[in-house]
Amino acid sequence: MTIRMRRWVMGTGAIGLAALFVAAFMRLPRFGGDRHPYGDRATDAALTRHTANVVSSINFDLRAFDTLGEESILFAAVLGTVVLLRQTREEDRVPPRSAAVDPWVRRYALAALPVALVVGLYVVAHGQLSPGGGFQGGVIVATAVHLLYIGVDYRALERIRPVALYEVGDAVGEAAYLLVGAAALIGGSAFLANTLLPYGTFNTLTSGGVVPLLNLAVGIEVACAVVVLVSRFLDQAVEITDAASDAEGAGTR
Amino acid sequence: MVSEDLVVSVCLVLVAASATVAVAVREPVRQALVLAVLGLALAALFTVLQAPDVALSQLAVGSVLTPLLILLSVRKVRRRGHPTGDEAQR
Amino acid sequence: MTHLFPYLIAGWIFLVGCYGLATSRHLVHAVGCLAVCQSATYVLLLAVGYREGGTAPVHSDLAPHSRPLVDPVVQALTLTDVVVGATVTALLLALVIQVAKRHGTVDPDELSELRG
Repeated sequence: MTIRMRRWVMGTGAIGLAALFVAAFMRLPRFGGDRHPYGDRATDAALTRHTANVVSSINFDLRAFDTLGEESILFAAVLGTVVLLRQTREEDRVPPRSAAVDPWVRRYALAALPVALVVGLYVVAHGQLSPGGGFQGGVIVATAVHLLYIGVDYRALERIRPVALYEVGDAVGEAAYLLVGAAALIGGSAFLANTLLPYGTFNTLTSGGVVPLLNLAVGIEVACAVVVLVSRFLDQAVEITDAASDAEGAGTR
Repeated sequence: MVSEDLVVSVCLVLVAASATVAVAVREPVRQALVLAVLGLALAALFTVLQAPDVALSQLAVGSVLTPLLILLSVRKVRRRGHPTGDEAQR
Repeated sequence: MTHLFPYLIAGWIFLVGCYGLATSRHLVHAVGCLAVCQSATYVLLLAVGYREGGTAPVHSDLAPHSRPLVDPVVQALTLTDVVVGATVTALLLALVIQVAKRHGTVDPDELSELRG
C-alpha cells in the first residue's frame, strides 16, 4: 500500500470514527451530571466495610477478582519482557565504565533516595485510607531505587539490586494475592470474599478487612515488577552489546 | 461553579495540545519528553476531576516510567547500527 | 461550557493517536502514539464519572455523606487502565528491541519491504 493510499484509508476511517464518536457522546450522561447509581452504591458498600478510600475498596474488595486479572497481566508482561530481552548466545556483556557524576547531582540524588523510598512505602501502607495504594506506591519505590543510577553509577545500582531477588518478589506478590483469595474458601465463602478478618475501626491502618493485605501484595508485586522491567531495559541499553552483528550491519549498508 | 468549569476546560485544552504535539514530534527522544509533559497535564486534569488516586498513578507511570522505557529503548535501537535511518529521523 | 466538551477532547486525543500510529516512521514513536491513544480512554472514563461540585471519594478527612462524591467506580477502572497501559507499552518496546535486533531497522515501511 502506498503512503498516499494509506492516508486516504486512514482519513476515511477517522472521519467515520469521529462521526460515531459524536453520535455516541450525544447519548452519554451529561458531563458533571448528578446521576451515578453505581458510584453511590459502591460508596455505601465501602463505608459498610470500613474502608475510607472508596477507590481502594472497589479495587481490592468489590472488584478484587478484576484486580487479580490485572496483576496477572502485569506478571505475564514482565515475564514476556524478561524472555524477549534476555541475553542471547551471540551477544556479549560489556560492563560499563563508571562515569563521573556532578557532585551536586550526586548529593541531590542521594538525599532524595531515602525520602522517595519512604514516601513510596507510606503510599503503599495508607492505600486503604488516603489516595494511593499498591500500584502508585510500588512504582514510586521502584523508581526511587533507580536514583542510585543517576546519583552514583550503574555498578552501584547493580550491587544493591539483585534482580533475581526482585523476580522472586514479583512471584511472591502474585502468589500472596492468590493465597489471600483462597483463604476465603477456608471460611466457606467465595474466592476473594472477606470471611476471616474483622473490618476494624474506620479510618485506621488495619481497617477494611482484606483490603490492606491485597494492597500490600499488589505493592510488593508492582515494586518488584517495575524494578525487573527497568533492569532488563537498562541491561539492553547499557550493558549488552552485539559486536558481530554490528560489523555485519556495517558491511551490508 | 464557573471557576471550576474554567479550570477543567484549561486542563482539557492542555491535555489535547500536549497529545497533539506528542504525535506531531517524530523524533522518539523528543516525543518521550513531550509524553512526560502529557503525563503531567493528565495528572493535573485528574486532580481537578477529583481523582487523586488516578492522578498519582498517572504521575508515576505516565511521566516517569513510560518516558524512561522509551528513552532506554531508543538508546538500544540507536546503538545497534542502522545509522542511516537514525540520520534520516533527525 | 458545553457538556460535550470533555468527551470531544477524549475523541480528539484518540484520533490524533491513531493518525500518529498510521503515519509513524519509527516503531518507538508508534508505541508512544499508542500511549497517547490510551490516555484518551482515561479522559473519557473520568469525564463520565465527574459530578459538578463533587469531591474525591476518600473519607480519610471527610465525614461520610457530608458532601456529594464523584463516581469512584470509573476511577478504579481508570487505575486498572493506567497500569495495563504501562505494561502494554513495556512489552511492545521489548518487541521493538527484538525487531531492531532481527531486522536492523525500526521503520515499519522498510520492515514490510523485508517481508516482500
